Amino acid sequence: MLDSLSDRLSETLGDLRSRGRLSEEDVNAAVREIRLALLEADVNFDVVKQFTATVKERALGAEVSESLTPGQEVVKIVHEELTRLMGEGTQRLALKGSPAVILVCGLQGSGKTTTCGKLARLIAQQGKRPALVACDVYRPAAIQQLVTVGGQADVPVYERGADADPVEIATWGIEQAKQEGRDVVIVDTAGRLTVDTDMMAELVRVRDAVRPSDTLLVLDAMTGQDAVNTAQAFQEAIDFDGLILTKLDGDARGGAALSVRAITGVPIKVITTGEKLDQVEEFHPDRLASRILGMGDVLSLIEKAEQLVDKEQAEELERKIRKAEFGLDDMLDQLRSIRKMGSLSSVLGMLPGMGKQLKNANVDDAQLDRVEAIILSMTPEERRDPRIINGQRRARIAAGSGRSVTEVNALLKQHQQMKKMMKGMVGGKGKLPKLPPGMELPPELKG
Amino acid sequence: MADPTQMFTGLGDVPAPVVEEAAAPADGGGFFRRLVDGLAKSSKALTGQIQQIAFDPDDSEAWERLEEALLLADCGVPATVEIIGRLERRAAAGGLAPGADLAPALAEEIADMLAGAEARIDVAERPTVILMVGVNGTGKTTTVGKLAEHLRRVGLSVVVAAADTFRAAADEQLEAWARRADADFVGSAHGQDPAAVAYDGIEAAVARGRDVVLVDTAGRLQTQVGLMDELAKIRRVIAGRLEGAPHETLLVIDATTGQNGLVQARQFSAATPLTGIVLTKLDGTAKGGIALAIAHELGVPIKLIGVGETLDDLRPFDADSFARALLGLDAA
Repeated sequence: MLDSLSDRLSETLGDLRSRGRLSEEDVNAAVREIRLALLEADVNFDVVKQFTATVKERALGAEVSESLTPGQEVVKIVHEELTRLMGEGTQRLALKGSPAVILVCGLQGSGKTTTCGKLARLIAQQGKRPALVACDVYRPAAIQQLVTVGGQADVPVYERGADADPVEIATWGIEQAKQEGRDVVIVDTAGRLTVDTDMMAELVRVRDAVRPSDTLLVLDAMTGQDAVNTAQAFQEAIDFDGLILTKLDGDARGGAALSVRAITGVPIKVITTGEKLDQVEEFHPDRLASRILGMGDVLSLIEKAEQLVDKEQAEELERKIRKAEFGLDDMLDQLRSIRKMGSLSSVLGMLPGMGKQLKNANVDDAQLDRVEAIILSMTPEERRDPRIINGQRRARIAAGSGRSVTEVNALLKQHQQMKKMMKGMVGGKGKLPKLPPGMELPPELKG
Repeated sequence: MADPTQMFTGLGDVPAPVVEEAAAPADGGGFFRRLVDGLAKSSKALTGQIQQIAFDPDDSEAWERLEEALLLADCGVPATVEIIGRLERRAAAGGLAPGADLAPALAEEIADMLAGAEARIDVAERPTVILMVGVNGTGKTTTVGKLAEHLRRVGLSVVVAAADTFRAAADEQLEAWARRADADFVGSAHGQDPAAVAYDGIEAAVARGRDVVLVDTAGRLQTQVGLMDELAKIRRVIAGRLEGAPHETLLVIDATTGQNGLVQARQFSAATPLTGIVLTKLDGTAKGGIALAIAHELGVPIKLIGVGETLDDLRPFDADSFARALLGLDAA
């Protein structure tokens, strides 16, 4: 994983707490690092050039607050500038008209069809009655994909096969929607390259036929320097008014989104984070700024934790620990509630300063899968009271989970240690640790 | 149409290809023409590119423009530094005359960086098993479909195994391609174990005496540990069924991919060793410089490129065209 900018800057500028102003030398060194970090995050070359010039201007002669190191001061400036560049606040879809029409377009493989399904589900959850229209008549089985996705979202899909004209399908689809009392129509279009003039012209015809209140460009978070060319070409052709950033569940920094925002001025409205239909979120500029900088995403983490940690479950756990009843089932619950937030490395990646720690922490999501497999191969009785697990049972559990007996032993030992540790903690009235087994905490997060 | 045999090695004495000449592409100029046309259509793409062929090694601005062009092509900082370093050494040794065309020198360095590895797909084994891997949306299924057709054209019989059991309608998409390429199709039910589908594909090829098995897999992000484990398992099952298989494991990379491509490549090669890269979607405005960075880091060649939607748009990699496109240069 790449070094986070904050780590790099502290290295470059040293951790000395200097009072006073940042020297020109400091700033130049910092700007070099910022340039590298932004290029590695796929921010467009020209945007990087402008951006570093702005940061340099602000940083030169800036006061270093007493509580910050020079490196932190620069990071603060960079973060503020990035957030500003990304636009103010969270922007919603317009959804005007009856029915309101959303036109979804983008390059091949950016994730349009899946995103359409997600939008449909999201809109349905807000109490509206959406419908999907299948206008990708080119990619084999694209229509079937949308039909499947629509079925999963429980939203009707209007399609007329792959032989009809996309403009006609779109017009017809909206008529269908009107007749069936649907109030939002999402039009899925074929992926197209911006250099394909025929396809771009077709998109313009579809747009003119359906007159959308929201025209959304779908952009893969992994896109590199070319994102800017693509976005400009789509802007010239159909003047889209919102961006959807997809595949943010990967570890791409997503700098392309920043470039597109900076160059087109169009806000990012929605981000998607996985293949399941509920993996769609509103966009928060400051969080993407943090991600690009590798600064962690504490807010998102807190929000996720709030959503997913079941309060009752937590209380039940606390009671059990007080009584020293913490069994393997409880360990599994803990493990799962952490995992609901995402892969362990992505959860840890959201904590500031963890970027660097992770390299040594040896966090392995696969290991958690194995732990889960081992526990699931135990009987309920064994999970409640692991002391009864003798050699024969160990061999059976190992075979059942496809792991070795050594691994089963290691897990049992870990559980023992965890139980002991928890017993020790319950002495005070402190909060329960919400950490999975097998995970070493870096020192600054302990205690 | 390009000679379809150029794509493969190990063809041996396969009976003469049954090629019905496809209609010549309308533009006639092939891969490079398309790239240039693409660039011309999108004038914005030329911003900051080196537009003149002449390169003066004593002009520091020329080096800066070169750096800019490579970074804008997604080569990334380390590979850009590497390329510039190589060209600087070449210039210092007198190998770059002022005003000379930079592209041939760059092409040579690129070929050298790719370790001069054999950039053809080896189909000598019977059956040869080719495994396609990559993140979502790079064009794996489309590439499998096109490859099936190219194999048919060189006279090889093909089994296509649809081990993408996850994405909605992936199976149907591949089946449509298999039909077009007249290949045997081994389908799957949604959610079925993909390793089992790969296994069935090899079984079918062995039983029916087919020459090549193409295994399409589901797109997966490298951060999805469960899915990466699944990929390792697919590979294990293939190797268990047929010794020496998979003979080719190709990572499919979208030319628009940025620096995350390196992380992708590392994780995929950890799950299943790669033998080559397929660089798709080069017909857009993206240059695909990331493939160079990956190929260099992993020491595997770029074997195929995709420059369009038609069958003939899947082609063998050519360092010279690639170098020219990276520089935004016109055809010589």
